[in-house]
Amino acid sequence: MGLVENGTLSKPAAKPLTWLLNYSRKYSLWMFQWGLACCAIEMAAALAGPRYDMMRLGVIPFPASPRQADLVVISGTVTDKMAPAIKRLYEQIPDPKYVISMGSCSNCGGPYWDSYSVTKGVDQIIPVDVYVPGCPPRPEALLQGIVMLQERIQNEGLGNDELAARWRGEVPGDVAMVSTPVALPSPKARASKVGAPDA
Amino acid sequence: MSSTDNPPMPEIQLEPGALRHLAEAQVNVELDTGDMILNLGPQHPATHGTLRLVVRLDGERVVSADPVIGYMHRGYEKLAEYRTYPQITTLVNRIDWLSSFANEVPFVDAAERLMCVEAPPRAQYIRTVLTELSRISTFYLFLGEMALQVGALTPAFYGFRDREYVLNLIEGATGGRFHPNFNRIGGLKDDLPWGWISETREVMKKMLDGCDEFEDLVAGNEIFQARTRSIGIVPGELGAAYGMSGSNLRASGVDWDLRRDGRPYLVYPELDFKVWTHPDGDSYARYWVRLQETRESCRMVLQLLDQMPSGPITAKVPRIIKVPAGEVWTEVENPLGQMGYYVVSKGATGPFRVKIRSASFSNVSIMPWLLRGVYVPDVITILASLYFILGDIDR
Repeated sequence: MGLVENGTLSKPAAKPLTWLLNYSRKYSLWMFQWGLACCAIEMAAALAGPRYDMMRLGVIPFPASPRQADLVVISGTVTDKMAPAIKRLYEQIPDPKYVISMGSCSNCGGPYWDSYSVTKGVDQIIPVDVYVPGCPPRPEALLQGIVMLQERIQNEGLGNDELAARWRGEVPGDVAMVSTPVALPSPKARASKVGAPDA
Repeated sequence: MSSTDNPPMPEIQLEPGALRHLAEAQVNVELDTGDMILNLGPQHPATHGTLRLVVRLDGERVVSADPVIGYMHRGYEKLAEYRTYPQITTLVNRIDWLSSFANEVPFVDAAERLMCVEAPPRAQYIRTVLTELSRISTFYLFLGEMALQVGALTPAFYGFRDREYVLNLIEGATGGRFHPNFNRIGGLKDDLPWGWISETREVMKKMLDGCDEFEDLVAGNEIFQARTRSIGIVPGELGAAYGMSGSNLRASGVDWDLRRDGRPYLVYPELDFKVWTHPDGDSYARYWVRLQETRESCRMVLQLLDQMPSGPITAKVPRIIKVPAGEVWTEVENPLGQMGYYVVSKGATGPFRVKIRSASFSNVSIMPWLLRGVYVPDVITILASLYFILGDIDR
């Protein structure tokens, strides 16, 4: 995607071009799965279970390396010992990249909200695009999270501001989160919470 | 690496050829090259979570392997001191997340013993049924995953497909697909829904058929046998000395099952079941034993459904549960092995101290000994065959 690679466009892209690029991106998401705890099994059920079959949504699991991935699903409890590895993984993924936080633990700490060794929310380390609540979420909930992310990608602009923000690792404020019960905090609240990963 | 890092190898009788790769090590001494350190994890699909393994390699062979654990440590024993007893059952669901219901049983058993309360017979039967169902769902995942680790993709789909039927049953009875949190001190939250028993009977037949399928497709497969036979042999006495338990130990020929040999719990004393063992102790034996145990669990569920009594499902317990002062140790046979809780109560609404003995921690402690001298591809096979859950190791 040469247009997007250098991060800047001389002028705003034409609408059909934007639509086509986003349409192509949203149906070829290479998903790197960062399975940590219980949610990893539900994620595996969504990936490998014939009943859910995530691949019909255009999500391609099991890339050989994070360097080939577009999307990472953080599923499970993030501990303080694991946090540096997650940050490193995130930095290895080429831009533009998306993060789905799956399960209460990686959303906010979940049942371990007062534990001494658990990171209360993966959004303290990396910016998150879609939160999927549940302990653990059903595979259908993860599928809905993927669909929401795809809607979000479709609505992304390819103008200078949006892409530049995405490249800085920020969640662009003007991309509206799909308002279903799955989306938890508003994008504004989240944008103020997370900074650039390299900051 | 010095020879003092690992305990000495006991004298075991192996078939000729079983340790042939150790003899080939002589060649490598002459062509001595520097060791390579390979870092496996902390995230790898074969590790069922976040186990990190630092492997020192000499060519294709492992010189030493050091497991680094703690990536999934969530501080259970400390958290348990700040929770009330009903809240802790929510937590202990998530220790071994594949067989959640089986984790609740020993803890609730401990609290009931301290309070001198006994759950009514129907509650005991339903608990046993759900424990065995969680065992089936755990082992079905293993039967598929283990084949996946040796490179066969199809059985993984079969395992995930059939496991959904059991999860449906658990969800139908408890409302939770994964973490039921169905036990209450003194009984259960609810009775079984209408039609559940007949549906379970049908699903169990399906599961038994699925076991036959696995036996033909995986256990009888020549490639699978070549990858697993005489790989990762655990001698029975050594495994017991390391504290291994459950199917891993029974696959080494040790005939020991807490459901039969331990202190009686639930309704296992009234059940007619066989404890399966295998004399070999290799990766194939661990697969085979779990396959047989899945079948046995299906038969046990069918037996239990036939004998299911009627009656109440909760004993009389106060609304706010205060457990009298005292201490108790309970241990049960979980799908992964021996799981126990040591609960110290000082008469408050929450325990003073909870010590958790989980099976996987002891099961993987043999890993540095077991992985010494194996080839790199066999590391994954052995890890998969030991079948640990990281939440069960780190807690």
